[in-house]
Amino acid sequence: MTAAVEIVRLSHAYRTRPVLKGISFDIAAGDFFIIIGPNGSGKTTLLKAMAGLLAPQGEIHLMGRPLEVYTRRALARRLAFVPQLITEDLPFTVREVVLMGRTPHMGLLGLEGPEDIAQTQAAMAFTGVGHLAHRKMDALSGGERQRVFIARAICQEPEIILLDEPTAALDLTHQARLMDLMERLKRERGVTVVMVSHDVNLAAMYADRLLLLKNGRIQALGPPGEVLTYDRIEETYGCRVLVDESPLGRFPRITLVPDKYAHPEKSGRS
Amino acid sequence: MTQPDPQATSIRMVGSQLTWRITLTTGVLLATLAGALVLSLTFGTTGSSLDAIWDSLTGGKETVTVGQTIVWQIRLPRALLAALVGAALSLGGLVFQAILRNPLAEPYILGISGGSAIGAILGILLGLSRFPGVSVTAFAGSMATLGVVLILSTGQSMLKKDSLLLAGVMVNAFCSAVILFLLSLTQDARLHNVIFWLMGDLSLADMHQVGILTAMLLPCFVVVFLSAHVMNLLLMGKETAQVLGINIRRATLILLVVTSFIISATVAQCGLLGFVGLVMPHLLRLILGSDHRLLVPACVLGGGTYMMLCDLIARVLSDQGEMPVGVITAMIGAPLFIYLLKRSNR
Repeated sequence: MTAAVEIVRLSHAYRTRPVLKGISFDIAAGDFFIIIGPNGSGKTTLLKAMAGLLAPQGEIHLMGRPLEVYTRRALARRLAFVPQLITEDLPFTVREVVLMGRTPHMGLLGLEGPEDIAQTQAAMAFTGVGHLAHRKMDALSGGERQRVFIARAICQEPEIILLDEPTAALDLTHQARLMDLMERLKRERGVTVVMVSHDVNLAAMYADRLLLLKNGRIQALGPPGEVLTYDRIEETYGCRVLVDESPLGRFPRITLVPDKYAHPEKSGRS
Repeated sequence: MTQPDPQATSIRMVGSQLTWRITLTTGVLLATLAGALVLSLTFGTTGSSLDAIWDSLTGGKETVTVGQTIVWQIRLPRALLAALVGAALSLGGLVFQAILRNPLAEPYILGISGGSAIGAILGILLGLSRFPGVSVTAFAGSMATLGVVLILSTGQSMLKKDSLLLAGVMVNAFCSAVILFLLSLTQDARLHNVIFWLMGDLSLADMHQVGILTAMLLPCFVVVFLSAHVMNLLLMGKETAQVLGINIRRATLILLVVTSFIISATVAQCGLLGFVGLVMPHLLRLILGSDHRLLVPACVLGGGTYMMLCDLIARVLSDQGEMPVGVITAMIGAPLFIYLLKRSNR
């Protein structure tokens, strides 16, 4: 199977502060690939580099071709990017926003044809926002907004979808729904899903492969069971955890151990 | 999770309605514009002349009356020039507001008009012809100020709301000083004309001038209309527009250059008309929403109507001696600006 994404010696610095320090890895086509790591480890930077939003050093190949050879429009037909939840006011309706995902397939004026409308409807139905079509974006909850942006990304008919912490602002139900949605996208349409996440348990449940980043370097890469070991988590995050097998299946479950349980004698219980 | 969507059919209908909505909006605004034109031709300092218009349209009388001459030689070019200028400045405001994502952006407030005026005055003082000489120097002036404003305001981050406005206000103040400086060097008879032109004067309009301005502005209007969808995407944010396939740098550059050209062409012909770019874009956004594919044609037609009516007010209010239309636009626009500033800082 060819790689959807190949990254070779990728480095990036914001001004003089290096964020990515020469990392190399592949993402197989059709994988559910999740990038985890502590704050400031370079996760978002890595994702933005793949979306062509930065000018890093090193090589990025998408679907076998270097990123630089794609025009913006050509790239947008094959790769979609869902940024961290945008909370500012957007003066458009849900349908208008989802329809914008058709831009790379439409002409200059963005006048929609039957195909565009069909895709828009299908995407809204897929993420369950069809009933909100004529609502203003301002009137939506965080979870609804996030699903609108994902519908927009699906509308692009991408082969790769990149998501930056899509579950961060969501409650438990919506977290699970969103992850299931991505799982379906991968299974039913063969889309390569690349996601940045802070939630190691969600990541362990859904990821085919996990990339653990720390300080701009790869700490571990592989199936969740190999990446999420006790030693590695403690070393990377600097906190105490319990790792056991999830009652749901063959993937690890991580339990954070707060101070008062780690050192019961020092917890000052009266 | 995917329940049948009862609104699916209505969504499909609304989708095919965009072209229809554009047509409808354009039609209504075109009718309003025509109405304003008739009003402009009818009223003036010599009183109402509906009869004269009617006579010359029906060709009832053989002889050309004084009233007819006033209507066709003076009022018509003046009204058409007002419409062109209003359209250009409103559209300029709309584009700047979209690109800079700032509801207060407007060519006059940003100092772009002032820069054009400096260029134009220099052109006049150098003895260049009004077209193309003065238009070229005005364009150079507007590009220079645009560059200064953008550099000043993008120093730290991407076009922050307040730093952009502050930069604009300062550039504008500087331009005003330079204009006064240049004027004080001008001693001859041209001074009165230059000052009157500066205040936003339409009284010297003739059909030749209208023709030149039309030829310069129409292609620009088309370019802006073709960029309407890009402006929609820009409202979603820079990164979003990029990942949806827009070459931001190129699109922004094209829009900024074309808009500067629109503004400078207008200033070179009619001087400084402040705050015109605020009124119509905001009014039309309230009515039509934020889709620029509707807003661009609406701004052109609505802006034209607005300016024609402002000029009509200026003409009717001043019995003897003409009142520059810039007085009226500033008296309407400046309070609106303050209101919008208060609202946006809430």
